[in-house]
Amino acid sequence: MNPQIAMLVIGRLGVALVTLLIVSAVVFAATEMLPGDIVEILLGQAATPEAVAGLREAMHLDEPSVLRYWRWIIGLLSGDLGTSYANDLPIAEMIGDRLTNTLRLAAVTGGVAVPLALTLGITTAMFRGSTYDRVVTTCVVSVISVPEFMIATLAVLVFAVWLNWLPALSFSSGTPGWGEMLRIFAMPVITLCCVITAQMIRMTRAAVIETLRMPYIEMALLKGASRWRIVMRHALPNAIGPIVNAVALSLSYLLGGVIIVETIFNYPGVAKLMVDAVATRDLPLIQSCAMVFCIGYLVLITLADILAIVSNPRLRK
Amino acid sequence: MANLVEIRDLKVRAQSDSGRLIEIIRGVSFEAAEGEVVALIGESGSGKSTIALTLMGHTRAGCEIIGGQVRLAGRDLVAMSEAERRRLRGTDVAYVPQSAAAAFNPAQRLIDQVVEVSRIHGLMPRQAARARAVELFRALALPEPETIGERYPHQVSGGQLQRLAAAMALIGAPRLMIFDEPTTALDVTTQIEVLRAFKQVMKQGGMAGLYVSHDLAVVAQVADRIVVLKDGAVQETGTTDDIINRPQHPYTKELIAAFRPVSHATVASPAAAAEAPILEVRNLVAGYGRPGPDGMPRVRALDDVSCRLERGRNLGVIGESGSGKSTLARAIAGLLPPVSGEVLLGGQALAPDVARRAKEDLRRMQICFQLADTALNPLRSVSDIIGRPLTFFHGQRGRAREARVEELLEMVRLPRAMKHRLPLELSGGQKQRVNLARALAANPEIVLCDEITSALDTVVAAAILELLDELQRELDLSYVFISHDLSTVQAICDEVMVMYGGRTVETLQASALPEGATQDYSRLLFASVPQLDTGWLDGLPERLPGT
Repeated sequence: MNPQIAMLVIGRLGVALVTLLIVSAVVFAATEMLPGDIVEILLGQAATPEAVAGLREAMHLDEPSVLRYWRWIIGLLSGDLGTSYANDLPIAEMIGDRLTNTLRLAAVTGGVAVPLALTLGITTAMFRGSTYDRVVTTCVVSVISVPEFMIATLAVLVFAVWLNWLPALSFSSGTPGWGEMLRIFAMPVITLCCVITAQMIRMTRAAVIETLRMPYIEMALLKGASRWRIVMRHALPNAIGPIVNAVALSLSYLLGGVIIVETIFNYPGVAKLMVDAVATRDLPLIQSCAMVFCIGYLVLITLADILAIVSNPRLRK
Repeated sequence: MANLVEIRDLKVRAQSDSGRLIEIIRGVSFEAAEGEVVALIGESGSGKSTIALTLMGHTRAGCEIIGGQVRLAGRDLVAMSEAERRRLRGTDVAYVPQSAAAAFNPAQRLIDQVVEVSRIHGLMPRQAARARAVELFRALALPEPETIGERYPHQVSGGQLQRLAAAMALIGAPRLMIFDEPTTALDVTTQIEVLRAFKQVMKQGGMAGLYVSHDLAVVAQVADRIVVLKDGAVQETGTTDDIINRPQHPYTKELIAAFRPVSHATVASPAAAAEAPILEVRNLVAGYGRPGPDGMPRVRALDDVSCRLERGRNLGVIGESGSGKSTLARAIAGLLPPVSGEVLLGGQALAPDVARRAKEDLRRMQICFQLADTALNPLRSVSDIIGRPLTFFHGQRGRAREARVEELLEMVRLPRAMKHRLPLELSGGQKQRVNLARALAANPEIVLCDEITSALDTVVAAAILELLDELQRELDLSYVFISHDLSTVQAICDEVMVMYGGRTVETLQASALPEGATQDYSRLLFASVPQLDTGWLDGLPERLPGT
């Protein structure tokens, strides 16, 4: 790798770290501003002021917020996410299981959605203006316009209630077999695919069409290249930057944005955990969940940027 | 001998942005014999590129062939299926584009793109194709022919790319080569090498060629016959010698006339010379990028440049791309504040940065940019565009402003009614006139003209130059005229400064051009300007002075 690329990549990673630090401060400040006092909720309305003060001190809540932020960051860096206010369990443990579930769902959805979206995006760009292109584009726009709870609810109605093919809930204890997995994941994956493929298809189509306007595409045509060759060898390598960015943006949605799907299908993921934490004013849990989402998002976006840097021919030797 | 190319009554229709259908090629017919080079000449919009592309069986988006025949070796490309056309492209007929820089895929190595034709059509094994490519690189006088193909397009120069594009076209050993303005984007000194290389390989291969260009002098060097086009119709066809020396059609005569250099007569009164120069530039240093430890910018685009402009006289600045001539205009105008050196207006030093100059100083010196398309706000009417400086400099509003806008339009020879139009609705020449009127609105004493005729067709450019000359007489203006084109500078300037690599090579009296050059570089530059003479290129010495 040439030193210029290395410098750019290192710079990009540095930016990601700084962003993460800023995000952590924002997350902390935002949870500070949440209404309601955890101590009063924990002790109930009958608590004496002395008891409240005592518990505050025990939980370090009487210290200035800067100090508490410092403690929290140091904890995060050493892998200690703290303990939950609500049920005294270590947060790392609570998130661990849920994160595995979320990542599993995200992986399956990504595995289906990305190839599907790229294929549709590239082929619609190739046959721009054809009936095929119009049908796909219209479908994509319709799917974008329907809110996901609607799609999820409809899916439950059709596949679980009327057809009785799939279970309405995506919850299972223990390790399910392949057939069971397929049944559990089918509806959440379909719903999420509807949500994320639409954006990816549109972005991919636009990026490929944009490159197809370049003079070197006409040159390839005048060399006698077939349409397939023009797109695969000349257009696509130059459209990678925008495409990976669109993919990363869509995938990052699978970490934090899936709350509706998790709720409807009662899927035990991180998003649901966070909403539950908000209900119980479990500040450390909220903060940790928020950080997990932000890290996931940053990792994906940074990865996309690095891919775009590496794929830029002007930086090659 | 049967003709290799026969175009009969070709008609092409295009759909405009507003959805209107226009016939852009209106019944064009011509032919080219085996081994003959035919030139299509005409201004922008004359349809010459469109015709050239139909010979590849291709029309650009929105265009459609609606009639006629395009026969290549007896087969009609119009009637063929797309698959049949694809088989011809690259092997029977090949294309050298105007901008090779844009025609190469930035993400692929050059050699892969050059040999692609042989891979698409399965002409020869990979190794043989590479060996053939290296042979072609050598024939086209490319440096390091063995390894140049391993580079990416951004790693070679414009002139080299253009020759690589020719190699890319030649690899399939086509019977017909189409050159679409292949040297227009090049500097004159580079153009010579590229033209020589093209001519050499064409002669060796015995190929026929279709050479599309707007530049008569270039065409005169390479073509056997010339087809003159205007508005999608053939005006005149003849041998190169006939067209250049004995043009018949009035339009051809006009084209030739616009090409003949005009000399400029000074309008300054003798008394003016005694005064201090209206503009003086002393030891200007300017550049781009963050300043280094020595306080100098990373890329120094101007290095110790000095010049002076007397009242009522014109200074030409000439040089190739990258010589720093446009940077000089930007530094004088304060758009790029110089690092050191002084700009004096009427003997008074100006602040380096335009933001810190007095309004009155700004008024006295105006700048006019090359591309009127980008210099004019597309959402403002002509009257707004010209009116803004009127309000800014002179506080004019309402009816007084409107009246002055009309006056200015008249001054640049545009009808008054044009003030309601948007820039989009004007032709290239009209836009440049509006651009000029905006500069004049300030009542300037100096106008910095940065390549203002370069993007215009020859006839239109000649009219703009004439206008500048008239305005100078009427308004007592002085111009700094920046151009890469010697004949343009000669037509308008009293003195000419030659620049190279950010430095002044020498300053010459325009009347002494081109013989008066004393420096090697200026001699090379002037000798490289194509002449309207069929034997010019062949008559040049193998090595020009200064190379």
